[in-house]
Amino acid sequence: MANPGQTSQTVPATRDSPASPRSRALAERLRAVIGDGKVLTDPAQLRTYECDGLAAFRVRPGIVVLAAHRDDVVHTVRLCAEAGVPFVARGSGTGLSGGAVPVADGVLIVLSRLRAIVSVDPDNARVVVEPGVINLWVTREAAPYDQAYAPDPSSQQVCSIGGNVAENAGGAHCLKYGFTVNHVMGAEIVLPDGDVVHLGGTAPEHPGLDLLGAFVGSEGTLGVATQITVRTIRAPESVQTMLVGFHTVEDAAGTVSDIIAAGILPAAIEMMDALAIEAAEAAVRCGYPEGAVAVLVIELDGPQVEVDEQFRQVAQAAEARHAFETRIARDAAERALMWKGRKSAFAAVGRISPAYYVQDGVIPRTQLPEVLAEIGRLAEAADVRVANVFHAGDGNLHPLILFDDTVPGAAHDAEQLGFAILDLCVDAGGSITGEHGVGVEKKSKMSRQFTEDDLDTMQLVRCAFDPAGLANPGKLFPTPRLCGERPGVHTAADTHDPALGEVF
Amino acid sequence: MAAGKDARTGAVVAGAGPARTVRPTTAAEVADVLRDTSGTVVPVGSGTKTGWAAPATSCDLLLRTTGLDRVVEHAPGDLVVVAEAGVRLDTLQRQLAGHGQMLALDPPEPGATLGGVVGANASGPRRLRYGTVRDLLIGVTVVLADGRTAKSGGKVVKNVAGYDLGKLYTGAHGGLGVVVSTTWRLHPLPPAARAVVVPVPDAAEAGRLAALVARSTLTPTAVELRWEAGRAAGTGSELVVLFESIEESVRAQSRAAVALLGGGAEADAPPSWFGARPSGGLVLRLAFEPFALPRVLAALPEASSGTASACTGVAYAAVPHTTDLAALRAAIAPYDGSAVVLEAPDDVRQGLDHWGPVADSFGLMTRVKDQFDPGRRLSPGRLIGGL
Ligand SMILES: Cc1cc2nc3c(=O)[nH]c(=O)nc-3n(C[C@H](O)[C@H](O)[C@H](O)COP(=O)(O)OP(=O)(O)OC[C@H]3O[C@@H](n4cnc5c(N)ncnc54)[C@H](O)[C@@H]3O)c2cc1C
Ligand SMILES: Cc1cc2nc3c(=O)[nH]c(=O)nc-3n(C[C@H](O)[C@H](O)[C@H](O)COP(=O)(O)OP(=O)(O)OC[C@H]3O[C@@H](n4cnc5c(N)ncnc54)[C@H](O)[C@@H]3O)c2cc1C
Repeated sequence: MANPGQTSQTVPATRDSPASPRSRALAERLRAVIGDGKVLTDPAQLRTYECDGLAAFRVRPGIVVLAAHRDDVVHTVRLCAEAGVPFVARGSGTGLSGGAVPVADGVLIVLSRLRAIVSVDPDNARVVVEPGVINLWVTREAAPYDQAYAPDPSSQQVCSIGGNVAENAGGAHCLKYGFTVNHVMGAEIVLPDGDVVHLGGTAPEHPGLDLLGAFVGSEGTLGVATQITVRTIRAPESVQTMLVGFHTVEDAAGTVSDIIAAGILPAAIEMMDALAIEAAEAAVRCGYPEGAVAVLVIELDGPQVEVDEQFRQVAQAAEARHAFETRIARDAAERALMWKGRKSAFAAVGRISPAYYVQDGVIPRTQLPEVLAEIGRLAEAADVRVANVFHAGDGNLHPLILFDDTVPGAAHDAEQLGFAILDLCVDAGGSITGEHGVGVEKKSKMSRQFTEDDLDTMQLVRCAFDPAGLANPGKLFPTPRLCGERPGVHTAADTHDPALGEVF
Repeated sequence: MAAGKDARTGAVVAGAGPARTVRPTTAAEVADVLRDTSGTVVPVGSGTKTGWAAPATSCDLLLRTTGLDRVVEHAPGDLVVVAEAGVRLDTLQRQLAGHGQMLALDPPEPGATLGGVVGANASGPRRLRYGTVRDLLIGVTVVLADGRTAKSGGKVVKNVAGYDLGKLYTGAHGGLGVVVSTTWRLHPLPPAARAVVVPVPDAAEAGRLAALVARSTLTPTAVELRWEAGRAAGTGSELVVLFESIEESVRAQSRAAVALLGGGAEADAPPSWFGARPSGGLVLRLAFEPFALPRVLAALPEASSGTASACTGVAYAAVPHTTDLAALRAAIAPYDGSAVVLEAPDDVRQGLDHWGPVADSFGLMTRVKDQFDPGRRLSPGRLIGGL
């Protein structure tokens, strides 16, 4: 994934340790079962897979499997289970929380070759895909039938549906349409012991526990999805987009609250602050209002009459909050330009800073002005620049923390500021992640948001799916726990979690 | 009171009734109850429909949640509400309406509690627009079988920190834990409504019309079909397309719907049958691929009555108690169809397969149940496969 600022971050060198005997034996078995060409063990080849979109965390896997068929996944997982070797699934590797970072001496199962569109059923509004299929392809498949796949992460041109399912990915339009979990109807899952189960299906509900609902967002810790059924939505009759410039962040945030309070549910309300606008201008010349301290990109969709009337109300709300410029997209090209500034904002920050670090936290939307002001104070105190680009409608912040990776300690300071912002989010009644997941990056912060009992209860699900703890270990949970262990009673075995000492 | 069948608890238990009933008023008391007792426990809210589905195989203690009746927090600007499990949905809706908001769930059972709605995964016609419990419940606190209290989710709509256990508790009928508190995403109350009612001669035509609406750019909140008793399902039925939005929109859309459907009467409100559940004999909840609606209706026995959420693939049907459930389930299986028994006459209830066949995920489901409730003390036997 093109993410220039990030990949230039200083990174601890990975040891070129020779493969362990366990790893060598497993590689041999894998080659015999799924074929030579799909099993990589050459350190130079493995290097490509050391990290995902969060380049600060790097681990060299023992083995990389390039699955070309669902059965390759089944065989690989089963052989891992037999050998007691941990495995990590990887889609497109665009994750921003280190979820797809390998486990040293473990197996990385790369799913990006599983890219078949299995079926398109416009009558039932269902599309069935393999996990490596790119998010945007689903909409492309559905478009001839005037349908679309609603979840639209900014990375939609490159991220995979499997990765979306694992992270419960969101996007600009989830304010109105919901997240991945609201659009996934069924999945075929390879459980960590190699068994294959089918959760959900094509019908809207099924008797029994909603295991699919628990799987979505489980960050690869409950198994590997090898086939996914999503629902598509009817493309709306009318879409209208406006770009509004403000002289203060408070006015922009206040407008968001006023729109919601008026009973209007836009498809999207996105906000960018001055620094983010500067970066976007430098990168893609999106022509945002000059002198804006904050802009909102607001999109309404639905029946023409409804959009027209509500659009008028939205423009009024903005005016009442001293908007100094309101631009309305006249056609698809103008709309695309408005969105281009927003959707390229992460990468664009690379233009104004040698390196940057993206955080992802959520606050109740009514607290936007206070929390943004507090982020500003923290940034000033730390002498670090922070650009804000975010999903304002649902309070999902994405502070982009800028730093110079040639300065020793700068990466660490950026990370500390990011964590301080997450504390703010939790204190405001929010969450440490709205869409990027916990991964390896934020697992320590889970205890800030949840109690021991909360986390132990989540582990019950983990133990039902993955009693041996082989699926993406060392992610999501702050403290590794063996299944069967009584909560609160820690044993020496805890520290043997394969991903623990290896990451950093 | 007659064993297991008093009017308020319904037929929640097979055979002997609960030995004891408790009505805690705080989450801490619920935790104490579970920690300090060891027998089987069945949570009930209002108990409006405890006669639905498989009865518990044992119930030493009936845990009535109606004492957990506080609306803890309503943040209108954030469109979020936190309320205890025993709060009645209708009470909550009245309170929210005062702020021009609603919890977009409309199961028709009067008096249903939030915990019961979660436990039974109850929904109504507006699921077409707003989804169901799994789409609206953003946080939940549960007391587990061993008395520990655990939350998942939170108070913000967007949140992917940790597993989303709210999904698991939804439809679990208390079998994984007792829900004590729920946090919901709210929606603005639409200011205007308009309904189009079309008579429909048969199931095939019902399917055709529903598909027309589904493929159009209309945005109805519900598309409901009702057919009456004594005829083949779908025959001589009525389809209502409900629009709820601003005045301009519902007027324009209902006019467009009349044109699209080739006729129909417009009204300011849906007909009185809208949202009601059928009753009598066996009451089934059917779920299937939406486009299979006419084929599913055709698989139902003659002399059924019911309603279908025509664009979502869900129907409720009252069928004769002699209906061959296995044959019906087999007939709708090609459409990913399932038929769950909600209600049955007492004398046939015991011998019924309420949930139908288990899928290949049943082993996993059993492991989840065993992790949460190793002693099988919570609502035993109520879930699929006797869990
Ligand atoms: C520029 C940029 C913008 C972004 N914008 C957004 C945004 O708007 N919204 C958003 O939500 N995210 C966004 N992201 C984050 C990222 O794109 C998403 O998290 C995406 O869902 C990851 O998909 P992937 O295929 O790259 O997964 P990967 O990074 O390869 O993996 C992510 C996680 O999923 C697991 N996984 C992958 N495939 C499977 C499978 N088949 N079965 C089980 N587990 C699996 C992995 O083990 C890992 O834990 C953005 C990222 C970038 C770089
Ligand atoms: C077995 C059954 C199946 C049903 N199926 C459907 C359906 O498929 N679709 C639909 O729309 N409506 C369904 N209903 C109707 C639905 O129950 C009502 O709309 C509403 O939930 C009733 O609320 P109540 O407070 O009366 O719940 P109750 O009738 O008291 O309880 C409903 C279910 O939830 C459990 N429960 C109650 N409170 C809690 C709690 N605090 N924590 C955990 N579990 C709890 C109960 O044990 C029971 O299984 C069903 C009801 C039952 C009893």
